[in-house]
Amino acid sequence: MSGQVMVSEEVAPVQPGGPILQVTGLVKHFSTDRGLFGGGAKLHAVDGVDLEIFPGEVLAVVGESGSGKSTLARCILRLIDPTAGRIVFDGQDVLALKGRRLAGFRQQVQPVFQDPFSSIDPRWRVGTSVAEALDAFAIGTKAERRARVLDLLDRVGLDPSLAGRRPHELSGGQRQRVGIAAALAPSPRLIVADEPVSALDVSVQAQVLNLLADLQRDLRLAILFVAHDLAVVEHISHRVAVMYLGKIVETGPTDAVFREPRHPYTKALLEAIPRPDPDRRMEGSALHGEIPSPIAPPSGCRFRTRCPVAIERCVTEEPEMTPFGVGHTAACHVARAEQQQDDHHRP
Amino acid sequence: MNEAILTVEHVDVGFATDDGTVSAVSDVSLSVAAGEIFGLVGESGCGKTTLAMATMGLLPASATVSGSVRFQGRELVGLAPENLRRLRGDRISMVFQDPMTSLDPAFPIGEQIAETITAHRDVQRGQARDRALALLADVGIPEPERRYGDAPHRLSGGMRQRVVIATALANEPALILADEPTTALDVTIQSQILDLLRDLRQRLRTTIVLITHDLGVIAQLCDRVGVMYAGQLVETATVAEIFRAPRHPYTQALLAALPTQHQEPGSLRVIPGRVPNLIDPPPGCRFASRCAHVMDVCTIVPPLAHESADHLIACWLSEATREAGRPTGAATGGAA
Amino acid sequence: MSVAIPNVPTRTSRRRGILASRKGRVGFAILLALIAIAVFAPLIAPHDPNAIDPSRILAGPDLAHPFGSDALGRDVLSRVIYAYRVSLGVAVGSTLLAFLFGVPPGLYAGYRGGWVDTLIMRPIDMVLALPALLLAVALIAIIGPGSDVALLAIAVIYLPILARVVRSSTLVVASQTYVEAARARGTPSRRIISRHVLPNAIGPAIVQATILMGFALQIEAALSFLGLGAQPPTSSLGVMLADGRDVLTQAPWVEIFPGVAIAITVLAFNFFGDGLRARLDPRGVTR
Repeated sequence: MSGQVMVSEEVAPVQPGGPILQVTGLVKHFSTDRGLFGGGAKLHAVDGVDLEIFPGEVLAVVGESGSGKSTLARCILRLIDPTAGRIVFDGQDVLALKGRRLAGFRQQVQPVFQDPFSSIDPRWRVGTSVAEALDAFAIGTKAERRARVLDLLDRVGLDPSLAGRRPHELSGGQRQRVGIAAALAPSPRLIVADEPVSALDVSVQAQVLNLLADLQRDLRLAILFVAHDLAVVEHISHRVAVMYLGKIVETGPTDAVFREPRHPYTKALLEAIPRPDPDRRMEGSALHGEIPSPIAPPSGCRFRTRCPVAIERCVTEEPEMTPFGVGHTAACHVARAEQQQDDHHRP
Repeated sequence: MNEAILTVEHVDVGFATDDGTVSAVSDVSLSVAAGEIFGLVGESGCGKTTLAMATMGLLPASATVSGSVRFQGRELVGLAPENLRRLRGDRISMVFQDPMTSLDPAFPIGEQIAETITAHRDVQRGQARDRALALLADVGIPEPERRYGDAPHRLSGGMRQRVVIATALANEPALILADEPTTALDVTIQSQILDLLRDLRQRLRTTIVLITHDLGVIAQLCDRVGVMYAGQLVETATVAEIFRAPRHPYTQALLAALPTQHQEPGSLRVIPGRVPNLIDPPPGCRFASRCAHVMDVCTIVPPLAHESADHLIACWLSEATREAGRPTGAATGGAA
Repeated sequence: MSVAIPNVPTRTSRRRGILASRKGRVGFAILLALIAIAVFAPLIAPHDPNAIDPSRILAGPDLAHPFGSDALGRDVLSRVIYAYRVSLGVAVGSTLLAFLFGVPPGLYAGYRGGWVDTLIMRPIDMVLALPALLLAVALIAIIGPGSDVALLAIAVIYLPILARVVRSSTLVVASQTYVEAARARGTPSRRIISRHVLPNAIGPAIVQATILMGFALQIEAALSFLGLGAQPPTSSLGVMLADGRDVLTQAPWVEIFPGVAIAITVLAFNFFGDGLRARLDPRGVTR
């Protein structure tokens, strides 16, 4: 493998007929343990998220712990049911699907999970794990399935003879490739990858990222790539959405978000990445304090408790998503005000 | 230049397993000067953690350690367990990677810090408590009085790691070994913890050995760096030298694989090949099988030599190594 | 936030057999021998266990009668062998019964959670709360004594234990990502339970069952000792213990050998259980 991946950042993804996935107003609250007298607190994991993914596009959803990104991913996969909101896939209302049609949906939307150790059944042989979706959806004959498994293993860069092995005989990177092969088996159109490389050794991360990029290109897959690290997604995503405490604070083409971040949290995330350059040392981190509890999120703008530029308005009024360029939006009163000033001063 | 507080000389560490002896650390020598932050960098499995654990005497019974590790002039290899125990937590502390498991879930965090103090110093409980409170404030825990009695699960990952650092500082150690202290944390919190470490070094002049795989962290925090691969130490230099003028092919490859922000549209370079099996490692330089400049002589272990006053390298490409390797002939490398 | 994992296979274990540990092998060997003795009792026993011989009343051990003779001159060795049949039968049978009827509810309760879990486990927990021996005695009082009743009573006592054990491990397994993955891959619930959850959760229950068998032997002995288990002419180890009690000072061998037989068996079960645990545990669930 040459090890090079080309992800074109200029070409907009093909859009025949609009987004393949559309999420509107998604909310997921968890109730925590009730005390003896009832009335548990509500955990606002996801609190009103809108997003779209177009066919063949890689959308990265980036957030730190407590952002709700994993919960969002699970709602989209219908592994948990949201409290409110709509999810539309290929024109169908996902939350209303049942039985056969739900199975049809599952075939089209497949997950890749974070932990290569717990995401494959340790007692199953690798080949059986890869074929699980084929068996469940009764795709092809037994012989056809077997052939497809071998082909998939090869496709993800594994020796097909590994099909007969058990997971514990494989390394973390290999197991993750098995997970990817298993996700590709039913020929899905959308992959929801929940931190697919976070648990891998750094040297293996690049390999698996390259693999995902190759597959995405060859198979025209749409990928929802959930990550906690902006650096990881820079080279694989077309667009980025930044999440904080259950809400999306900024969305836009990767290049734009990285070059001209608008939301203070995005800026802080970018600044916090330790630069491998000893001549440019950061003199103090951009962000203070800890993320507030999702049980009692701050009023107004949720980021205000840690924001270096928070103003009065941020306490009382929740900022709305404002456009800042083609497809680039952010929800911040201060950023919006700055932009209005710039507009005014334009000759 | 400050004198060396920690000197490692020709250390080998082997683990006995069902399938043979794993040569986890092979003939590593380095020295850490008092007051500096020394970074030990390498990928997973390169032996950096094993080396640190060997220094602290925390390796399991299946491990064999040979060579010399001198701390403040005192030999640690072979030291009686009781004496090692007295050093740990007192003169040398360790900060581990996972704040979730480093703290006892059943005890309040303040108590755990106090316990470290009373284990090594003859002080009253009240005094230990006062010191623990001061430490909590020192590491940036807001409202230490209120948080003193909190159980670890009530704190976030970042907070817990601060508590772990406070415990490590409790007895004003001369040396702190920090093993991937920020890897398990959110990137914004990591940034805060790195600030904290920098600040502590400034104020307390503690020597820190920082073990990590993250070159970014190294660049931001360390004074000098040692690069390890598959149990061997391949290069040591100041942090500026390592980034500006890396000499060892592995270091160069590591740096080349870093995705820089202003790179051409998308290319992630990987180092082709795989880490060698440490149970039966190839003789000589262990990076040879993946090295673009491999030569026949690489089947002999290249000695670590001074490329310049502050820059050591173990590679036959280097003139210094060739000089050093000539007179004594050379030893074949391999299993410990 | 997760931790970087070294990119190497976790285990290349050579010893694949079920009996990787020496303890397990020893236990297994002894159990095999004991089971063989029980099964082939008629072939192994040197004498008729019920043959009364007035000339050998309380006679000590000798070549022809290695375990001596009891108060009726019967050969103790032969009696032990036949009694063993009964005792072992009850011990193994009761545990197997408890396993068969306890595992499915525990498994299902652990997987489904919520009110299903509560509905299934409450009654089971209530049985668990009752003192074991008292429960057994009560059952026998209702139904009447006998080794088959003892078997049933022990099964009733063990069912909740095994149900809870398997429920616990099911809770762990059900939260594993591969179960989520299975759902996302379209695998129906029934198949997830039978092909993912059951194989991965059953381990601790099997280990527990082996150890419980040892205890079952002791419970049976206790019940029979009290006259509530095996009834004459059937004899179990417990009955023999009761018989031997009266002549303990005159002929200790009548009491000692059945007791030793119990002890060896319990030990064998425990060793085997430990060996099983060592094999089942690090294999796949933990890193």
